Amino acid sequence: MELERPLPAPITPETRPFWDGLKEGKLLLPRCDDTGQAFFYPRAVSPFTHSRNISWIEASGKGTLYSFEILHRPFVREVKTPLPYVLAMVQLEEGARMLSNLINVEPDPQVIRCDMPVEVVFHKLNDDVTLPLFQPAS
Amino acid sequence: MKGLSNSVCIVGVDESDAIGVLPNTSQLALHLEAISNAVRDAGLQVSDVDGIFTAGQHSPALLGEALGLTPRYVDGTSVGGCSFMIMVEHAMLALHHGLCDVAVISHGESGRSGVGVTRGRDASLSGQFETPFGFGGAPTYFGLITTRHMHDYGTTLEQWAQVAVSTRAWAGLNPKAMYRDPLTVAEVLNSRPICYPFNILNICLVTDAGGAVVLTRADRAKDCAKKPVYVRGTGEGTEHVMVTQMKGLPLSEATRVSGKRAFEMAGVEPGDFDHVMLYDAFTSGPPIMLESLGMCEPGEGVTFFEAGRSTPGGSLPINTNGGGLSYTHSGMYGIFPILEATRQLRGECGARQVPNASLSLVNGMGGMLSAAGTLVLSNVA
Repeated sequence: MELERPLPAPITPETRPFWDGLKEGKLLLPRCDDTGQAFFYPRAVSPFTHSRNISWIEASGKGTLYSFEILHRPFVREVKTPLPYVLAMVQLEEGARMLSNLINVEPDPQVIRCDMPVEVVFHKLNDDVTLPLFQPAS
Repeated sequence: MKGLSNSVCIVGVDESDAIGVLPNTSQLALHLEAISNAVRDAGLQVSDVDGIFTAGQHSPALLGEALGLTPRYVDGTSVGGCSFMIMVEHAMLALHHGLCDVAVISHGESGRSGVGVTRGRDASLSGQFETPFGFGGAPTYFGLITTRHMHDYGTTLEQWAQVAVSTRAWAGLNPKAMYRDPLTVAEVLNSRPICYPFNILNICLVTDAGGAVVLTRADRAKDCAKKPVYVRGTGEGTEHVMVTQMKGLPLSEATRVSGKRAFEMAGVEPGDFDHVMLYDAFTSGPPIMLESLGMCEPGEGVTFFEAGRSTPGGSLPINTNGGGLSYTHSGMYGIFPILEATRQLRGECGARQVPNASLSLVNGMGGMLSAAGTLVLSNVA
């Protein structure tokens, strides 16, 4: 079956727990244990203290829309989502930012606002991969 | 740092034999044409070149080989389109210390026709965290910076459009520019939507082009063919690759760091410039750069592009070649603002000449304001 999106690749050892968590419906974030601060993307050393003291926490899945775009022509043709759709930068409650899509919303700049509350939606691509998408918070 | 200021000069600049849509010219040919043209502009021979600087797909070793040279200094720093601006700083250091005597910085990119181009590069992080959501291609990242700027500072689509209008007015005066017909704000606003907040006329061209810059130490520059252009100050910086890691978004920390050093080295203030060249991959780029450089308060960059300021005959001409928006943009555009600043400071620009231009600011970005290079250039030491 043809997938509706490209699979995230190549997944590396330090990012594997993030993708494994999503399969179980959990949005996991790496946290620097020295400072207690979460960060994203996952990496081998803390971006704050450069130590290896990193553990994984489950994020609330809540945040705000830091910025957005409304895509009218495809740049990644393997993404089959009907145009126009919304490209999103989400600021998670825990402090980290990630890119995603804002779904279940009218793709209209009069409707979508920076800083609007959003919440994660787990979007299963196949048995191995689930993507974290976001929608306006209920 | 003061010992570096004015220690080297730009003595030669030129494009490849042609720029634009060139389906019969390879990427390597664009390099070789640009280098030979720029060296001729300097009144030198290609065999005089002993330092080669280039970014992109071809290594400095390949350019040396193709030209039959054995350079004794090479640099392949590749942090995006501003790499060539950063290389002016690197070339200055190498020349200043005598590690080479004649440096050439070269750009060649068959960005539109793809002749002699190899696709593919390391995209591990992007492939995991960006591509699956439809991010890919510069507009899908730079739009995020732009939307947030509109939210934070109230900038409008009309104000971004004015950047395109001003830049097109300059392109109309440059015979080498791809698009030269006058443009209106309404035409930009009504052009084809690509990725809100960008329509097609908010986005740079995609062309095939080469460009090269030749530098040597100030003492030797006096013997070259054209009036020397002094490198008075330089700066560089990088902050991020992924736009999520841009801490001060929409403002650029890399640009702030780069500009600060360049201004300090040159001993200039933001208000001293009489000509400005900014990397305009998108209409929102130049205003955000002016803000990040400290040329104005955050949110005020767009006011530079009003009629009578950045436009022909205005008080502070900006992007007088017609920019990436209307002149040419092969992909890594950063060499071309250096060409234009040099030509303006020499007084070679004909209809678009800025009267009495003597101090030029050149600033560019790599990636999504991820990296920055800043130059302060002058025709007097």
